[in-house]
Amino acid sequence: MGALLEVENLTVWLATRRGPQKAVDDVSFHVDAGEIFGLAGESGSGKTMTAMALLGLLPHAARTSGRAVFDGRDLLSMSAKQLRSVRGRHIAMVSQDPSTSLHPMLTVETQLTEHMRHHLGLGRSEARGRATELLATVRIPDPERALSAHPAQFSGGMRQRIAIAVALACQPRLLLADEPTTALDVTVQAGILRLLDRLRREQDLAVVVITHDLGVMSAVTDRICVMYGGRLAETGPRQDVLNQPRHPYTRGLLDALPHPEGGAAALRPVPGSPPPLGRVPEGCPFHPRCGFALPSCRTERPAPVLVGEAHTSACPPDPLGGAA
Amino acid sequence: MLRFLARRIGAAALLCVGITLVSFILTQLVPGDPAAANLGQRAIADPAAVDAFRSKYGLDKPLPVQYLTYLGNVLRGNLGESQQSHRAVAQDLAEYVPATIELALFAIVLSLLVGVAFGVLAAITRDRWPDQVLRVVSLGGVSMPTFWVALVAFYLLFFKFGLLPGGGRLDPGMNAPPHVTGFYTVDAALAGQWDVCSSAALHLVLPSLVLAVYTVGMLMRFTRASMLEILGNDYVRAARAKGLPERVVIVRHVLRPALVAIITVAGVAFGSLLSGAVLVENIFSWPGLGQYAYRSAVNLDLPAIMGVSVVVAAVYIVMNLLVDLLYGVIDPRIRLT
Amino acid sequence: MTVTDPARVDLPVSTRRDRAAVRSPWRQPLAIVGAALVVLWVLVALLAPLLAPHGPLDQLAPKLQAPSGEYLFGTDELGRDVFSRVVYGSRISLPLACLLVVLATVLGAVVGTIAGFFGGWVDSILMRLADLVFAFPGIILAMAVAAALGPQLRNAVLAVVVVSWPSYARLVRGLVLSARNSEYVAASRLLGSSALRTMLVDLRPNIAGPVLVMAALDVGNAVLLLSGLSFLGLGAQPPAAEWGAMVAAGAANFDRWWIGLFPGLAILTVVLAFNFVGDTLRDALDPRTARAIRD
Repeated sequence: MGALLEVENLTVWLATRRGPQKAVDDVSFHVDAGEIFGLAGESGSGKTMTAMALLGLLPHAARTSGRAVFDGRDLLSMSAKQLRSVRGRHIAMVSQDPSTSLHPMLTVETQLTEHMRHHLGLGRSEARGRATELLATVRIPDPERALSAHPAQFSGGMRQRIAIAVALACQPRLLLADEPTTALDVTVQAGILRLLDRLRREQDLAVVVITHDLGVMSAVTDRICVMYGGRLAETGPRQDVLNQPRHPYTRGLLDALPHPEGGAAALRPVPGSPPPLGRVPEGCPFHPRCGFALPSCRTERPAPVLVGEAHTSACPPDPLGGAA
Repeated sequence: MLRFLARRIGAAALLCVGITLVSFILTQLVPGDPAAANLGQRAIADPAAVDAFRSKYGLDKPLPVQYLTYLGNVLRGNLGESQQSHRAVAQDLAEYVPATIELALFAIVLSLLVGVAFGVLAAITRDRWPDQVLRVVSLGGVSMPTFWVALVAFYLLFFKFGLLPGGGRLDPGMNAPPHVTGFYTVDAALAGQWDVCSSAALHLVLPSLVLAVYTVGMLMRFTRASMLEILGNDYVRAARAKGLPERVVIVRHVLRPALVAIITVAGVAFGSLLSGAVLVENIFSWPGLGQYAYRSAVNLDLPAIMGVSVVVAAVYIVMNLLVDLLYGVIDPRIRLT
Repeated sequence: MTVTDPARVDLPVSTRRDRAAVRSPWRQPLAIVGAALVVLWVLVALLAPLLAPHGPLDQLAPKLQAPSGEYLFGTDELGRDVFSRVVYGSRISLPLACLLVVLATVLGAVVGTIAGFFGGWVDSILMRLADLVFAFPGIILAMAVAAALGPQLRNAVLAVVVVSWPSYARLVRGLVLSARNSEYVAASRLLGSSALRTMLVDLRPNIAGPVLVMAALDVGNAVLLLSGLSFLGLGAQPPAAEWGAMVAAGAANFDRWWIGLFPGLAILTVVLAFNFVGDTLRDALDPRTARAIRD
C-alpha cells in the first residue's frame, strides 16, 4: 500500500518586491492513510505555504515546482477545476482561528451543507440530516438548534469543533489542520486534539497538523517533520524525533519547551530569529543560529540523510549523533 | 433587535427636528425686515401697521417661541406660502414629490445594478486591465457635473438623434393615470393603461440615466473597496478550501457581507440622486421637486426653498432609516445584539 | 533586554512596500495625468489674458455663432466668445475651490480636534451638529444657505463651506481619538508634556496626511458644488464668466450645443484631475486611514 500523499521536491516561490523568493524549498515527505503527521516550525518556516500549495490556494503570483501525488494524482499539475473537485471533498482544511475562518453572516447549517450539496449532490434535507450527525460527532450539544445559529453564538472551542465538522462534511481522506489549537485556551486545546485523534481512528482519516508547538505534536502525532527556512530539518517517528533529536534546530525547539520538572531555569530559547522571506542564508539555513555550526555549514547545502529507521536529518555533521 | 430599531428611529426623529431648526435659523439669516418686504414702502412708515403685521405673524415674540410656532406649523404640514405661486408650499410639494421619488427610485435601482456589477468585476480583476478601465470610468462618473451631463444627453439622445423622449413624464396629449401612488408607471399599471405605463417608463429612462452617472461611479468604487476588504478574510480562504465554485464564493461569501457596506452608501447615493434631481429636472421639464426647487431658487422664493430642503432632508433621513433596518436583515450580528 | 522582535516590526512595512510595488506601474499614470491637468489649468488661469483672444465680457457682433476658426468654441447669446469665457472662468473656479477647501479643512480640523480631545458633552454636541449637516444632501443645504444669504458668489462659497466641514471634523476626531489612545501620546504625557502641547505637537503630523488627501479629493467636489449653485443662479451672477452659470446659459439655448458643452468640459477636466490625484494619494495611505476617509 502506497502513501496517501507523497510530496516530492516541493518548491514554492512567492512574488515579492525583490522578485520571486522561495518560501518552500525542495521539501519531500509522505503521509499515510489514517496517520497524524506533524509539520512543525516557527512562523515563516514555510509550513503553512506547504499546506496552501497542496490545496492550490497560494497567492496569485506564486509558482510551484515538484510533485504532490494524492491518491495517484498530482495536485500541483491539476487544473483549477480539478483542484476544486478535490478541495473540500477529499482534502479538507481547518485553520487557526475559528472566529475568522467561519463566515460571520452565514448560518452553521449553510456552512456545513453548502459543499456537501455541491460535491455529493445531496438534497437539502439529506444534507441537513448529515450536518446534524456531524455536529453530534464533534460533540456540539443540541445539534438541531446549532444548525440555525450563527458562529458568533458559540465559544472559541465550540467554533473550532464546528470548523472541524465543516471540514469533515464530505468525508475527506486528508485533513490539513493549520495551527488548530493555537487560538484556543489550553484547557480547550486538549479536547480538540483528542477529537482529532478519535476522528482519524473512526473515519480512517489522515491528518496533517501544522504547528509551532511541539507540545501539541507530542500529544497526538505519529510522525513529525520539522521545517526551518523553507526546508526540511528533520523527519521521523514522533518518539525518535522528540526523544533523540538529531538536528540542532529540533534540539533547540525542544529545549525551549517548558518542562514540568525543570522550572524556568530549564527554558533555553533558541538565540536569534528565523530568517524572513528572501533572506534565507546560503548553505544550511540554520547555521547562523546553530551552536554546532562548522565552516562547511556556511557554504554547503545539507541534504537529508538517514539517521535511524525512517528517521532523516538534514545535518550531515550530526553533532547530536553520539548524544543519544 | 428591538433596541436597535428604537435607537435608530429615535435618532431619525431627532434629526428631523434638527432640520427644522436649521431651516428656521436660515430663514432668520435673511437680510432685511420681513415686515418691510411684505408691507411695502408706504406701510412701513406707519408703526401701527408694522406692529400689527409683526403680532399677526408672531414676529414680536422671542426667537425660541417663534421657532416652536414654526415647528408646530411644520408638524401640522404647514410649510408657509410660496411667494411665487401664492399657494401653500406643502400643497405645491405634495404635487411634485411623487414625480421626483419615482425618478430617484428608478435611478437608484439602475445605479445599484450597474454599480455593484462593475464594482464586483473590478474587485475580482484587481489591478488587471478591466479593473484599470473601470477605475477611470468610476472616477469619470463622479467627476461629471450632473447638470451638464443632462444637457449633453438631452441634446444627443433627444434633440439630435431622437432616441428617447425628451421632456415631461408622458407623451404629449396623454392624460395622467388616476392618482393612487403618484408614480405614473405604477398608477397606469394599476389602471390597466399599458400605453400610459410604457410611455411613463420610457420618459424615465433619460433623466434616470443622467442621474445614475454619478451614483454608478460612487457605488462602483465603494463596492470594489468593500469586496477587496472582505476578499482578504480568512473565511473566504476557508470557503475556497471547501472546493466551492468561485461564483458561489464571490456571491455568497464575499458579496453578501459587502452588501452591508454597499447598502449604507446606497442611502448616501439616494441623497445625491435627490440633489441631482434639483439640478437636472428643469432640463427635462420633469415636474418634480427639482424643477420646483430650481424655479424657487432662481426666483429666490425662500419659503419654497426651505420647504424643499426640509422635505428632501426628511426623505433622505427616512431612506437612511430604511437602510439601517435592512442591515438587520442582511447581517445577523446586528439582529443578535 | 530585547523587547521588540525585529522580524515582527519589519513585516508590515515590507508588505506595504511590496503591495505598492505591485500596483505602482498602473496606478501612477492616473496621478500623472491628473497632476498634469491641474498644472495645465493653473497655467491657463495665470495666463488667461494672453490665451484668450477676447475679454470675457466683450460682446462681439455675431451672436450664437457655431465654433469656427475665429471663434474656437463659438459665441453665446450675447455674442461673447465662449473660448475666452471658459479660459477666464478658471480664474473664478480654481481659486475659490481651493479657498473653500482650505476654509472647510481648517474649520473641520479645529472642530474635530476639540471634539476628539475633550470628548464628553463637547464631543456630543459637535458631532450631533455634524450629523445634522450630514442629514441634508449636499447641494440642498448649500442651496438653502446660499438662498438665505442672498445670491452672491461669496455666499455660495460660504454655503459650500457650511456643507463641507463635517467630514473633516469626523475624520480628524477619529484620528485624534485613536492617536490619543496610542502609546506614544501616553509616553509623551508621561514625559510631562501638557495636554495642549501633546495635541499640537505630537498629533499634528499623524493627522496632516489623511486630511490633506481628503482635501485633495474634496477640491473636485467643491468645484462641482460651486458650479452647481451658479447653475441654479445662486452663485456667480451674470455677466460673470463662471462655468456653472455658462452651462445654465447653454441650457437656455440647448440647440446651440457649444454654449454649454465647453464650460461643462472645463468643470469635468478640473474635477477629474483632482480626483485622479486624490485617489492615487489615498491608495498610498495605509488601508485603515483610507477607510476612514472613504466612510
